Amino acid sequence: MLLIEDLKVELAGNEILKHIDLEIRQGETHILFGPNGSGKTSLLMTIMGYPQYKVTQGKIIFKGEDITHLPVNERAGMGIGMSYQRPPTIHGVKTHQMVRICAGKEKEVDVEGLAGQVNFTDFLGRDINDGFSGGEIKRSELLQLMAQDPAILLFDEPESGVDLENMSLIGTTIGKLLQRDFNIDPVRSQKERKKERTRMGLIITHTGFILDYITADKGQLLFKGEMTCASNPREIFRCISEVGYEECVKCAI
Amino acid sequence: MRNLEEMASKASDKKAALGPDIDLASYQSSPVPHDYIEDLTSLSEVDKQRMIISGVDAQERERCGTFVQKDTTVIHSCSKQEGIEIIPIRKALEECDWIHEYYWNLVAVDADKYTSKAELDLHNGYVIRALPGSKTIYPVQACLYIDKDGLSQNVHNIIIAEEGSELHIITGCATSPHAKRGLHVGISEFYVKKNAKLSFTMIHNWAEEMAVRPRSVGRVEEGGLFLNNYICMRPVKSLQMYPTTHLVGKGATARFYSLLVGSPGSEMDVGGRVFLKAEETKAEIVSRAITNSGNIIARGDLIGEVNGVKAHLECRGLIINGGSIHAIPELTGKADGVEMSHEAAVGKIAQDEILYLMSRGLSEDEATSTIVRGFLSVDIPGLPPQLKAEIDRAVEASDKDVL
Repeated sequence: MLLIEDLKVELAGNEILKHIDLEIRQGETHILFGPNGSGKTSLLMTIMGYPQYKVTQGKIIFKGEDITHLPVNERAGMGIGMSYQRPPTIHGVKTHQMVRICAGKEKEVDVEGLAGQVNFTDFLGRDINDGFSGGEIKRSELLQLMAQDPAILLFDEPESGVDLENMSLIGTTIGKLLQRDFNIDPVRSQKERKKERTRMGLIITHTGFILDYITADKGQLLFKGEMTCASNPREIFRCISEVGYEECVKCAI
Repeated sequence: MRNLEEMASKASDKKAALGPDIDLASYQSSPVPHDYIEDLTSLSEVDKQRMIISGVDAQERERCGTFVQKDTTVIHSCSKQEGIEIIPIRKALEECDWIHEYYWNLVAVDADKYTSKAELDLHNGYVIRALPGSKTIYPVQACLYIDKDGLSQNVHNIIIAEEGSELHIITGCATSPHAKRGLHVGISEFYVKKNAKLSFTMIHNWAEEMAVRPRSVGRVEEGGLFLNNYICMRPVKSLQMYPTTHLVGKGATARFYSLLVGSPGSEMDVGGRVFLKAEETKAEIVSRAITNSGNIIARGDLIGEVNGVKAHLECRGLIINGGSIHAIPELTGKADGVEMSHEAAVGKIAQDEILYLMSRGLSEDEATSTIVRGFLSVDIPGLPPQLKAEIDRAVEASDKDVL
């Protein structure tokens, strides 16, 4: 479970998150909406533990532990994983090597097999993120998260720069990762399957396309560094689409 | 007839164009005798270890010939493959008439005091020659080893890849653990003939008080390929070299790769220069320099003299813990239609790359070392797997020292 209480965050001396309360329970997936510059990516980076995002107030609790001041790798070790929108290129570090790194030292990983699932086998020999297109970055990030197998997945705009064909692959893969794919199970009912969900997700979206592929438990609207609404994700999305962010956040004022 | 001795004498005090001046009189260069060794495995464990880190395997596994010179004396020289000749240069000068067509034919004997020294006080060196059409599967290994403290080791090497041949050489230069201070003067002349392919991989493992002055020039004929790799990741007091290659035949290609690590107290001035003198010639110079408190000058110079040549220079530097990297990339186009470019970048390890790796579970130190290793892992097309493995091993071994 991820619990964020009364969080304030500064970046380079500017307050970018003013007051954040958020609770993602085991098995839940939340969608994070908000206009450009509202602080969505900052919130994800703060949860991941990027040191330039300085927490000045409040705390982040994950699996019952206060992680507000833990370094990035320790958070990764506890099961926080992130899919980046614009990850850096690291020259000389191959994609297959990255997938192994994600799996951790002890775990054996079938790199080829996982890559096949996101149609990424041809890229395994390339330097990570070097010259990758928008869709290739997303598939690479998903492949890494599949190997990492975190308890909570943070997605920063998984649909940006992705063509329609790849959107379906990416959407369904995210659905599977979040244990939100629907299959007929000879043993368990759908209700039981849902109950067994453990993975948590927090997904930033602008376009809402991702909602065509996955279900979500809650939508959150971030506006000027504050959480202004928590409601049914489809309802928030419809509201933003029809009347715009300004109108949508009036509820909170 | 050139009078090499006279020319050399006139240059005996001539300072080099680059690099700190070295007082040659402060080193000994009288001969140091050692016994010839038939079986290299009888070398001492310490010597073997030092050679192994420079890519020279005493058991000669996956090697097609070996040359080892200890101090001033050749202690082993043999070829295991037909078509490959390995001859100590002093012997070649006495016995082979053809050597005079090559000896001091590319490097000017009067270039500076170091070339002069190598002529006037030559200890030995190797001649490695691949006969026309011969192809080596495994590389030839050569080692120039300094055991005696305070020695100036003066060697001259000639490498000839005859028409249509393919030759791979790995050459390791190293000091024994008790040789702290010394000077290595190494002349190398490379002849890559028509449609021949030569790869030359040099791994240096010197000591903290060593001065090193290689002088090399190569000449590549029509359709020839010269691949030159240089790796120096261990401390050295002063290293200055600026190997030059002339591409003189149609379609000749030269590729230079260098990996440098500057340790505290090290001064390195290393470059590569290629003259593209014939049509359709191509050249590439790639260098990666990391400094951990050392000072590195990374040079590169490409001179395109005819229409349609292609050349690229890439120089990347990483400053890890103080020190300096001075990248000096130069391009000169002397004709219409040359296609020449360079890119140079010097900086520290990017924080976002470290954090990206940390968010995948690596500690900060592991992330840094992964990035450093990646930085040093350059894909070198055309290099045999054994040599790729030796380079990887050198990178791996230096990893601990760098961080």
